[in-house]
Amino acid sequence: MTMWIIIGMAVVTAIPRMLPAFIIDRVTFPDWVNRWLNAIPYAALGALIFPGIMTVKDNAPHVGIIGGLVAVALAWLGLDIILVVLGSILTVFLITL
Amino acid sequence: MESKAMNIHAEPTRLTMIKSGASAAIPIMMGYLPIAITYGVLAQQSGMNYTELTLMSVLVFAGAAQFMAANMLAIGIGAIEIIIATFVLNFRHFVMSLSFMNRLKGIPIKMKLPLSLGLTDETFSVASLHPDEAKQPYGVWFYAAMIVTAYSSWVAGSFLGGVLGDVIPPRLSESMGIALYAMFIGLLVPSIKKQRRIIPIVIIAMAVNYTMSLWLAEGWAIVAGTLVGGLGGIWILERGDSK
Repeated sequence: MTMWIIIGMAVVTAIPRMLPAFIIDRVTFPDWVNRWLNAIPYAALGALIFPGIMTVKDNAPHVGIIGGLVAVALAWLGLDIILVVLGSILTVFLITL
Repeated sequence: MESKAMNIHAEPTRLTMIKSGASAAIPIMMGYLPIAITYGVLAQQSGMNYTELTLMSVLVFAGAAQFMAANMLAIGIGAIEIIIATFVLNFRHFVMSLSFMNRLKGIPIKMKLPLSLGLTDETFSVASLHPDEAKQPYGVWFYAAMIVTAYSSWVAGSFLGGVLGDVIPPRLSESMGIALYAMFIGLLVPSIKKQRRIIPIVIIAMAVNYTMSLWLAEGWAIVAGTLVGGLGGIWILERGDSK
């Protein structure tokens, strides 16, 4: 039974991922749609960060927020993304000691 | 990361593209490993065997949905409900794939198809903020290497978690829960520094996602936030703006 659930999950996940690969060469979007699609990554990043970041530690939304602010500061200083990630992990580690 | 993408000299080869793709996936790996291990542990506790829990990572490759499925299996929820919930939660990848595939126009379908299957929130984000590779020779190898690296760490981590249990000390793995958020921030901030005008896109997406998440399933809320936030781009981004 679990196997069928896995296969079902794989199918309903794969189809939405694959569909655009098939349709994209068959359509020509007007320029405003292209601009919309080019803005999707920024919008997606926003939606992926907030409010999810407040759930990093259960019942302690400030932990994620502080970790996130440290990441913003480090990234703003131009640090490599790996250091941004490490710095923010360290921050959360220290404030939850 | 930014500088690495630009360091590619006038003549990138397949190997340099593969190398820079794999190194672009390092922050994803740092985020995926602890989460995948935690998933493996949870899936094992929910009654899945090693083959099943690893196969789910191989075939589904979607963190949040796999956690949800493991939880639902543990409390005995039926197959149809699990599959429908997975569809809702993962539908956002349709929007992301549309955006990514639109950048890969002209690249043969036999390359686009496997890349689209490897699309997650994280691989999409990294790919989107490296738009230049799409136009360079061997550029697809950058995306392919990045996705394969992320995918391998996800599958390996799941298996490790299932077999060995929690190998990362709980204190550390708890702190590592911030890793992917920090990566998203680390990808977004340099873009904002370059073009402040994208700030409204980000803020609208956050606000819509937050508001909708009070009423709708998480999956639909993210889709709504992404689509509505992206709408701002129609006015904000310039014609032919590729970044």
